[in-house]
Amino acid sequence: MKILVCISKSPDTTAKIAFTDNNTKFAAAGVQWIINPYDEWYALVKAIEIKEKDTSAVIHLVTVGPADVEPIIRKALALGGDEAIRVNADSQDSFYVAAQIAEIARQGGYDLIFTGKETIDYNGSSVGGMIAEMLNMPFVGLANHFELNGNTSTITREIEGGEEKVEVDLPVVVSCQQGMAEARIPNMRGIMAARTKPLKVVEPAAADSLTEIVQFELPPAKEGVKLIPADNPAELIRLLHEEAKVI
Amino acid sequence: MSVLIYIDQSEGHIKKAALEALSYGSQLAKQTGTTAEGIVIGTVKDDLGSLGQYGITQVHQVANPQLDHLDAQVFTGILAQAVQLTGATIIIFPGNADGKTIAPRLSVRLKAALVSGAVGLPDTTNGFIVKKSVFSGKAFARVSLKTDIKIITLNPNAFPAVVSATDAKAAVVPFNATLDATKVKSLSVNKVKGDIPLSEAEIVVSGGRGLKGPENWGMVEELAKLLGGATACSRPVSDSDWRPHHEHVGQTGLAIAPNLYIAIGISGAIQHLAGVNRSKTIVVINKDPEAPFFKAADYGIVGDAFEVVPQLIEEVKKLKGVA
Ligand SMILES: Cc1cc2nc3c(=O)[nH]c(=O)nc-3n(C[C@H](O)[C@H](O)[C@H](O)COP(=O)(O)OP(=O)(O)OC[C@H]3O[C@@H](n4cnc5c(N)ncnc54)[C@H](O)[C@@H]3O)c2cc1C
Repeated sequence: MKILVCISKSPDTTAKIAFTDNNTKFAAAGVQWIINPYDEWYALVKAIEIKEKDTSAVIHLVTVGPADVEPIIRKALALGGDEAIRVNADSQDSFYVAAQIAEIARQGGYDLIFTGKETIDYNGSSVGGMIAEMLNMPFVGLANHFELNGNTSTITREIEGGEEKVEVDLPVVVSCQQGMAEARIPNMRGIMAARTKPLKVVEPAAADSLTEIVQFELPPAKEGVKLIPADNPAELIRLLHEEAKVI
Repeated sequence: MSVLIYIDQSEGHIKKAALEALSYGSQLAKQTGTTAEGIVIGTVKDDLGSLGQYGITQVHQVANPQLDHLDAQVFTGILAQAVQLTGATIIIFPGNADGKTIAPRLSVRLKAALVSGAVGLPDTTNGFIVKKSVFSGKAFARVSLKTDIKIITLNPNAFPAVVSATDAKAAVVPFNATLDATKVKSLSVNKVKGDIPLSEAEIVVSGGRGLKGPENWGMVEELAKLLGGATACSRPVSDSDWRPHHEHVGQTGLAIAPNLYIAIGISGAIQHLAGVNRSKTIVVINKDPEAPFFKAADYGIVGDAFEVVPQLIEEVKKLKGVA
C-alpha cells in the first residue's frame, strides 16, 4: 500500500490578512506558516491511521513550493510519513500544482492519494479533482470517513444536506475534511525522526497555469454593533424584522 | 459561445444552489450577449421547463436512472460532450460538494481555467476577471481566467436566485451522451431529515461552548426551527461530539453566508469568524461584553444565553403568530 499525501503551507489562522504591492501580493512579512489544517488534521492523520493498521504501508508527502516550505514539510514528517518530495517551484495556480503532483504520482505508482478539501488561503478546493483527472483515477471529494478493506475503499462524502456512502476500488484520489480523523500533535520521537527522513527535491515538470490573481481586496469594515439590553429581546426581534429585514 | 449551467439535483429535486447558478449564468449570458442553457443529469421529479423563469432557454437532460448518483469521472465525460454540442465557452457550477467534485475534473478535461468560490459576476471589460472569496472569507481576490473556455463555481448564497421572466419556459431536450464505466458505486444516502441544509439556509442559529453541553441545544434547535433556519456550531462543540461534524462552521469547517447568523455563547475567535463573516446580518448573544464577536456583529445582547434565548423564542412566536 503506497499512499501519497499532498501538503500545502498556509498562513497561521490568526495571521493578519493584508496585501502589498498595490494589493497584488499577500503581506507575508512576519507571518507564521502552518501546514494547511485540512492537509494535516484530516489527510495526513488518516494516512497515519491506515499505516498503524497495516504496517507495510508507505506514506510519501508531496509539496509544491520553494525551499522556505521545508520547515512545514519537516513538521508533517514529524507527525508521520516516511519520506517527502518537494517540487521546487512557486505554486502558480491549482492547475499548475496539480500537474506537478500528478507527475510525482505517475512515477511513484500510488494506491491512494489524499489531499485536504481546500487550502485555507486560496480556498480553491480543486487540486484533488484535477490530479484525479490527470491520472484518470476516480475522485471522491469532501470525504469525512474512509475505510479500507483490501483493495476496496468505503468512503463517506458530503452531499447537499447530508452524506453519501460510496465504494471505490483503489487507486483513488480523496479530498479530506472534518470527521475524517482526529488532529494530533507531533511527539519528541517524531520530531527527532523527521530530521533524518529523506526529503527529495525535484525540479518542476513543464506545465501551464490557467489563472492568475490580478488583485486582492479586503471586505468593507462593519459599522459597529448595535447593543440591545438583555431585558428587551423584543427590541432585537423588532430590529431584525423592521430594520435588517431578515426575519 | 453560450453559457452552460450545471443543474445540480438531489433525489430528483432541483436545489437552491442550482437556481442561484442558473440566475448567475443567465445574467452573465446577457452581459456577454449570448444565451444560457442548463444541463441536468439523472432522473428529475421537478418541472424542468419552468426553469425558464431563471432566464435559460434550454435544459439538456440525460435522464438515466444509473446517473442518479455522482461519479465525477462519468459526469465529466457527459459535460465535456455537452460543451461540444452547445459550443459553450463558459460553464457554471454551484459551489456545493458536487460542483467542487466535478468542476476541477472538467477543467483538466477541457484545459479550461477554473475559478471556484465566485462571489459576483465577471468583469468582462478587459479580459475575464472573477472576484472570489479567499483566506476563508477574510479577503477577496480578482482572478483572471486565461483560456478560451472558462469554468466558474459559485459560492452558495453569494448571488440571489432571481426569477427574470415569470412565464418563460425552457425547452427540455433529451441528451444522449456516451457514458464511461462507473468506478464510484453509491451504497447509501443519508439525508439530515426534515432540516434545511446548512449551506442552503438563509438563517443560521449557532451555538458555542458557552452553552455548556449537548443537552442545552433544545433552545437552539427551537429558535432555528421557528425562524425556518438551520443549526450550526463552533469547532470545540463538534470536536467534543456535542453536535455532528457537519455543523462545524469556520475556517476549518463549513464557510457560510446566510442572511442572518445568530451566534449564541461563541467567543468569536478569528478562525470562527472566517467561516461566517460573509453573513449579511450577524447577531451575537454572549455574557461577556469583551467577547471579540461583538466587533464583527451588527446586533448584540450582552447577557446569559439561558435567560435571553427563551425570551427570544417567545418574541419570535409572537411575530410569527405561533401559540
Ligand atoms: C488552526 C485552527 C483552526 C480553527 N478552526 C476553527 C473553526 O473552523 N471554527 C471554530 O469555531 N473554531 C476554530 N478554531 C478554534 C477557535 O480558535 C476557538 O477556540 C473556538 O472557535 C472557540 O469556540 P467557542 O466560541 O464555542 O468557545 P469559547 O471560546 O470557549 O467561548 C465560549 C463563549 O461563550 C460565552 N458564554 C459562556 N457562558 C455563556 C452564557 N451562559 N451565556 C452567553 N454566553 C456565554 C463566553 O463568554 C465565551 O465568549 C480553530 C483553531 C485553530 C488553532
